[in-house]
Amino acid sequence: MRQFWGSDGMWLFRRSPAAMLAALVAVVIIGAAALAPWIARTDPYDLASFSLMDGFLPPVWQGGDARFLLGTDDQGRDMVSSILYGARLSLLIGLSAMALATVLGVSLGVAAGYIGGRFDGMVMRIADIQLALPAILTALLIDGIARGILPREVHDDLRVAVLTLAIALSLWVNFARTARASTFVERNKDYVQAAIIMGQHPLRIMIRHILPNILGPLLVIMTVDLASAILLEATLSFLGIGLPSDSPSLGTLIRIGMQFLLSGEWWILWLPTLFLVALVVAINLLGDFLRDLLNPRLR
Amino acid sequence: MAYFILKRLIQSVFVMVAVAFLAFSLFRFVGDPISQMTGVETTLADQDRLREELGLNDPFILQFARFAGDMVRGDFGYSYRTRQPIGEMLVSRIPATLELGTLALVISLVVGIPAGVYTALRPRGMVSQVILISTLVGVSIPTFVIGIFLIFLFGVKLGWLPTFGRGGTTDLGWWRTSLLTTDGWRALILPAVTLGVYQLTLTMRLVRAEMMEVMRSDHIRFATARGIPWHSLYYRHALGNTMIPVITIIGLQFGGVIAFSIVTESVFQWPGMGLLFLESIRFVDIPVMGVYLVVIAFFFVLINLIVDLLYIAIDPRLRLREPA
Repeated sequence: MRQFWGSDGMWLFRRSPAAMLAALVAVVIIGAAALAPWIARTDPYDLASFSLMDGFLPPVWQGGDARFLLGTDDQGRDMVSSILYGARLSLLIGLSAMALATVLGVSLGVAAGYIGGRFDGMVMRIADIQLALPAILTALLIDGIARGILPREVHDDLRVAVLTLAIALSLWVNFARTARASTFVERNKDYVQAAIIMGQHPLRIMIRHILPNILGPLLVIMTVDLASAILLEATLSFLGIGLPSDSPSLGTLIRIGMQFLLSGEWWILWLPTLFLVALVVAINLLGDFLRDLLNPRLR
Repeated sequence: MAYFILKRLIQSVFVMVAVAFLAFSLFRFVGDPISQMTGVETTLADQDRLREELGLNDPFILQFARFAGDMVRGDFGYSYRTRQPIGEMLVSRIPATLELGTLALVISLVVGIPAGVYTALRPRGMVSQVILISTLVGVSIPTFVIGIFLIFLFGVKLGWLPTFGRGGTTDLGWWRTSLLTTDGWRALILPAVTLGVYQLTLTMRLVRAEMMEVMRSDHIRFATARGIPWHSLYYRHALGNTMIPVITIIGLQFGGVIAFSIVTESVFQWPGMGLLFLESIRFVDIPVMGVYLVVIAFFFVLINLIVDLLYIAIDPRLRLREPA
């Protein structure tokens, strides 16, 4: 059965050039970002590894220096290295925020759907209120509160963690609602009823029996929310709320590049932007493909 | 029906109280208000006296009631950063955001609904495919990148439109509008398009999904069998039935527009509420953050209430439903 399903998916995948291209782009970008410390020529966080003398060099094809394939920024940092390290940070935050949101949302959602009653009502009220606030507002607010509570030095050290938490807390609702709706359907099915009669522990029923059966729709949300998390991080960093310029993510790089919008050094702004957009488009395309794949009605 | 409206009203009040409570806790527990108000040279005794005078030693519930009472009377307190009354700061900025948001919403609906209907009716056509792929790209491009791109193209390269600020505004007493001068309109175009593009893709996709669902339903099949002309079929029988979700979308989008106006206002240095909120986060100006939250929640609740009332006006079934 599993074999068949897998090959069916592969067949659709091979017939969809958009999905294949998206997968290729995503794999290349994620791979390059993960291997940044080994691929990149210089370490953009290391002040000794670049010099102001190399500042504002254009990409090689516009007559730049052969050492800097995509040119350098105002500080003389190699653009390739900056982008790869930036993407690494963006992906790290995006993935951990997505994972955190998944764990939080799915456990609350499954528990709400399985237990029902007052607990369900409470979780769903919180979800409703949060759904009324768009994710970016929630994330900004959480970040603002963290700034207020934590002393300045501590906040600077914990920046990545705060950002991850802020993004995760603004994305969990999607998971919770989907997991709850699917759990509602599953819990009345015979196999769950049988497990209940056999006297299995509710926790075991939720994790071993229900969870594997509701993974499909959750997988789609995970993909789409990974894209949202990356965009959210980029937006916050662009607004100057996220990561500072000494450890730039893609969003921070774009914010820095904005200063050169008028002066003609296009590569400082547009290369990180292009990289970010390519990454998010690829992930979203994969999400779309997964949605079609897992929803036979749409085929 | 009266029961339904009453129930919604009570729910709305409940949400507002919850949000006000959140805002108050933020103000009360994040940082110490006294240390924000006094300098280094204030003695501890003076600080304690001030604390007592301001009622910060009273029971929490009493303090909250006082806070809520002030809010209702329109007294929003003072900003830590500028020392100005927050009420005045907000009033001077609300028009900018509302004008921007409304125009963005209009763009999103005027373009999004027809495009959604078209792609639903001709799902395999060339034009539909192009539209669908571009919306996927549209969803993936962050708002700020769209803004930067528009600034680059129309502001820097072509030099057609201004790229920051509101341009010429006219003061109508308490409302400063940019809709009465050409200059103001020119300044409004780029930010509104930036803000509208993302909402547009959402509108289009939702209308499309809804329309496809309706076209599959029995009454449309029956209408087709009766030989009703296609334009009447599409626009009267099908589109009418998608109105409820579309109104929901408008309600939800209003929230999106307000939230994303934070980003757009930052890119275009548009002096609206979003920019104020962003500054308040950057400088940990807790009172402004709290008030912004309450005001935004008020807008949301108001819009949702209007949406619910519109449902009743549009869907005759809801009018007949009596409480069980």
